[in-house]
Amino acid sequence: MKPKLILIRLAILIGILLVWQFSSGVLIKEFFVSKPTKVAAVLAKWIGSGDLFYHAAITAFEAFAGFLLGAFVGISIGLLLGRAKGLAEVLDPFIMAFYSLPKLALAPLFILWFGIGLEMKIVLTATICFFLVFLNTYTGVRSVSREMIAILKLMGAKESHVITKVVIPSAITWVFAGLRISVPYALIGAVVGELMASNRGLGFLLSSSAADFNTAGVFAALCAIVCLAALLNYGVSVAARAMMPWERTTEQREFSI
Amino acid sequence: MSDLIVFENASKTFSTPNGPIEASRDINLTVKRGEFVTLVGPSGCGKSTLLNMTAGIFAPTTGKVLYDGKPVDGFNGHVGYMTQNDHLLTWRTVGGNIGVPLEIAGLSKSERKARVEELAEMVGLSKFLDSYPSQLSGGMRKRCALARLLAYSPETLLLDEPFAALDAQLRLRMQMELRSIVQTLGKTVLFVTHDLDEAVAIADRCAIFTRGPGTIRNVLDIPLGKERELIGMRHNPDYVELTATLWDEMAPDIRLEEAV
Repeated sequence: MKPKLILIRLAILIGILLVWQFSSGVLIKEFFVSKPTKVAAVLAKWIGSGDLFYHAAITAFEAFAGFLLGAFVGISIGLLLGRAKGLAEVLDPFIMAFYSLPKLALAPLFILWFGIGLEMKIVLTATICFFLVFLNTYTGVRSVSREMIAILKLMGAKESHVITKVVIPSAITWVFAGLRISVPYALIGAVVGELMASNRGLGFLLSSSAADFNTAGVFAALCAIVCLAALLNYGVSVAARAMMPWERTTEQREFSI
Repeated sequence: MSDLIVFENASKTFSTPNGPIEASRDINLTVKRGEFVTLVGPSGCGKSTLLNMTAGIFAPTTGKVLYDGKPVDGFNGHVGYMTQNDHLLTWRTVGGNIGVPLEIAGLSKSERKARVEELAEMVGLSKFLDSYPSQLSGGMRKRCALARLLAYSPETLLLDEPFAALDAQLRLRMQMELRSIVQTLGKTVLFVTHDLDEAVAIADRCAIFTRGPGTIRNVLDIPLGKERELIGMRHNPDYVELTATLWDEMAPDIRLEEAV
């Protein structure tokens, strides 16, 4: 990355923090917005005691496990229904009905089924991610060039060849689009699950700070969640670059029409 | 020589939102095993439709298409089809694209590598094995598609304007290469082209189409011999004579266009 770009971004960040620091207690009551120095102090305390890593690790695990589970099932079913047109047509109204349901509304049910432990958050996250990945994969599989498939079939390709050599690689851009939009939703699943019922995780840290009227603690927990989201996003980008090397050459190619 | 591809009163009508479009009508053509047949005619006269029916992409609306004595039913595994669009896999390198049919055939990695290098050499893409199709020119993409087609060595080659995007020298080289491959391996070829010189130079026979609905007006024999020297072709009086005949055959359509 260009150093100039980093400098500009850093300047904006420092600017925001300064405005926050000096307007707090002057323009707005400190009770509501706290102060960056106090937030930093809370973060330092949590880091020192190891609390932050303990809770962040739990949330990260829930989000990541739910994300992987939802993505795996979403990609599999997306591939299956994308290739089996008849089945997709039959199931369409059921899928759309389930898709329209706000997935967070299932949380109470999952608490009943799985208790308030990690499993419930993982299942909730997986349910949310599933639809995003499934719908993208399905669309990607449906938009695979039929000509390309015909050419391969003339070469004697079986369905398994068609799937591995044409369908998956050409749908993978769609799959990654689905994965990328799933990252923030994975955190929604994990954190909201924790807010509802739990005794650990960043969501728990957030709600218990709020219950103590500890605004600095709330902001510190939010900061930790943002960092976790950035980390997950970065992971998906790295995976995307590794699995789609041809995209990079297209981007880097000198432009001509 | 036995009959390999037989069209019997084959017609194809496409239904479109704007009503049916008749692409070809009453096609009667018999292609013998090992024969090189070129198809010429104005754009949109159903030449590609013939190739599609031979490959089994779709069936004729009426009439029959027989391959090796049996009606074509579904994808015809005996033919290799090089379409006007190269349909390369954009996520694979040139080497990866040429290797696709070899992977399907189940060749080992080392066997594939050797064969891919050999084919790339033949079409002049040795230096571009690791390039992606998006980095290639149109002509290079065509050559890559041709190498991929030859990789699995189908019995019959269906070629839809394969050399249209190539420069004159390269086109001549590819024509010679194709004829010699076809000759040595005993392939049957259906070859669509808009280049009348090419249609005569490489063919054993040339089918002339008329404007839509496409029918075959005439089939011209090209008795230039199996072994022919394409480089010196322009000085061959028989070739000059045949090309002139072909131009005359096409003339009614040219006048028709003037009238329109």
